[in-house]
Amino acid sequence: MSQIFDPVRWRPAPFLPERDARDASLIFVVAVLCFLACLTALGVVAADRAASGWSRQLTGEATVVVRARGGETPDAAAARATEALAGVPGVAEARALEPEKAYDLIRPWLGDISDLEDLPVPRLVAVTLARDAPANADALNRVLRAQGLDASVDDHSLWIADIRKAAGVARALGGVVFLLIAGAAASVIAYATRAGLAARRDVVEVLHLTGAEDSFIARLFQMRFARVAAVGGAFGALAAAGCGAVLRLIGGGEGITPALPVAWADLLVVLPCPLLAAGVAAAAARLTAGALIREMQ
Amino acid sequence: MSRNPNVTAAIDAEGDIVRFDDVSMRYGRGPDVLRDLGFSLAPGSFHFITGPSGAGKSSLLRLIYLAARPSKGLIHLFGHDVAHMPVRERPHLRRRIGVVFQDLLLLEHLTAFDNAALPLRLAGHQPPDYRNDVAELLAWVGLGQRMHAMPATLAGGEKQRLAIARAVVGRPEILLADEPTANVDHEMALRIYRLFVELNRLGTTVLIATHDQDMVARSGRPALHLENGRLSLRPPQGPAQA
Repeated sequence: MSQIFDPVRWRPAPFLPERDARDASLIFVVAVLCFLACLTALGVVAADRAASGWSRQLTGEATVVVRARGGETPDAAAARATEALAGVPGVAEARALEPEKAYDLIRPWLGDISDLEDLPVPRLVAVTLARDAPANADALNRVLRAQGLDASVDDHSLWIADIRKAAGVARALGGVVFLLIAGAAASVIAYATRAGLAARRDVVEVLHLTGAEDSFIARLFQMRFARVAAVGGAFGALAAAGCGAVLRLIGGGEGITPALPVAWADLLVVLPCPLLAAGVAAAAARLTAGALIREMQ
Repeated sequence: MSRNPNVTAAIDAEGDIVRFDDVSMRYGRGPDVLRDLGFSLAPGSFHFITGPSGAGKSSLLRLIYLAARPSKGLIHLFGHDVAHMPVRERPHLRRRIGVVFQDLLLLEHLTAFDNAALPLRLAGHQPPDYRNDVAELLAWVGLGQRMHAMPATLAGGEKQRLAIARAVVGRPEILLADEPTANVDHEMALRIYRLFVELNRLGTTVLIATHDQDMVARSGRPALHLENGRLSLRPPQGPAQA
């Protein structure tokens, strides 16, 4: 028996079918791509933090190697160097390291011999630089030369340059991978849009011939695929954030991820993913739909 | 320009709804399915298109409702040269045309009511303004109890009537119908024909492609006869009937 139709209660149905059997597979593909993109972004952020941390540590310190000259003992030379360095503007602290530290450094080359104390082993002075206006290696060298000391300053600049270069390479690689994944997502969505339009050609044709504007039809597909991609993006982002959280819980800054320390705040990097996925999908769907509708003209 | 003098009597008249000047059409690289057509339809006229299968009746209608382009010649719709009209203006012309497609083209995911209301929604009308009119129209075509039904559950004749309701719901200036009575019984065919006549009385120009020679003969309306891609005018075979 037929239902009574009440026009007053009637609400217009959407122009496109609300559900499509292909939606699930498209959501899955977009979710996987977004998962990979988010993991890449997490990796880039972690690498960046690691590089910044190492740079900060290295730029805050310098190591001075002091060699005894003439009849001066190594300890006396180290004491003079420490005193001179402590007075240099931009130096927060200068501290002569125990001779054992120097012995530890050369022991791998000389072996475990007991009378190292008899050798003129250079002493090490650890210099902590002021955070705001750190002294540079030239300033330290000038002071040491003025004191007639045979010393060399290592301000770690070589390491810092390498670390910065490595961080830059990691960032660039991460960016390229991210763009590749975004491009793949756009291609998949464009393909899905084309397939969706082909499958819904009857709908497009009826709307087209009944007076719908091309931009209106394109917008229907744009909204639909943006919604599907946003759902896929949300799943992918959640999965990536879950992986990041597990890494943080079991490793944190050490343990399983010493090279790429993950912080809780890093997980926020996945937040824009659904929005970006929707944006890429919307653009791909609009372009594809527009091209297909033009073919029907 | 080649024009058939029998069917171009009104060609220079001002305000023709449709005017074809020397129009030919082919699909791809095939032969011309329509050749050198020249005719015009005055506002408020009522014509049939007749001819054997494959004569080009549907192709002629497709040209008028802007679903195809001619390979040669000029088409004017509502005074506009279609070939030189910006693409963005075409939807506005299409909204002035009601079409009953041969294969109906109902949207399977919409109810009968939503299908019938489609042209009004696309034209930007709000549901409170048209829902009673759509309900009345569907009741008039005998679908009053089937408004909530999905097209897949409708019988062939019901689908046909729904397609007709969708075509006329927006009070188009011209109604094009491709075999609109192909799947309905004689009684419903007469009823549909009377609906077309009624619309025509209200000022809608009507052009119906049909195989139903009996209906053409009894209608007392002129027919544009297509054969081998060429057009000729067949005058009314009797007085016009409602």
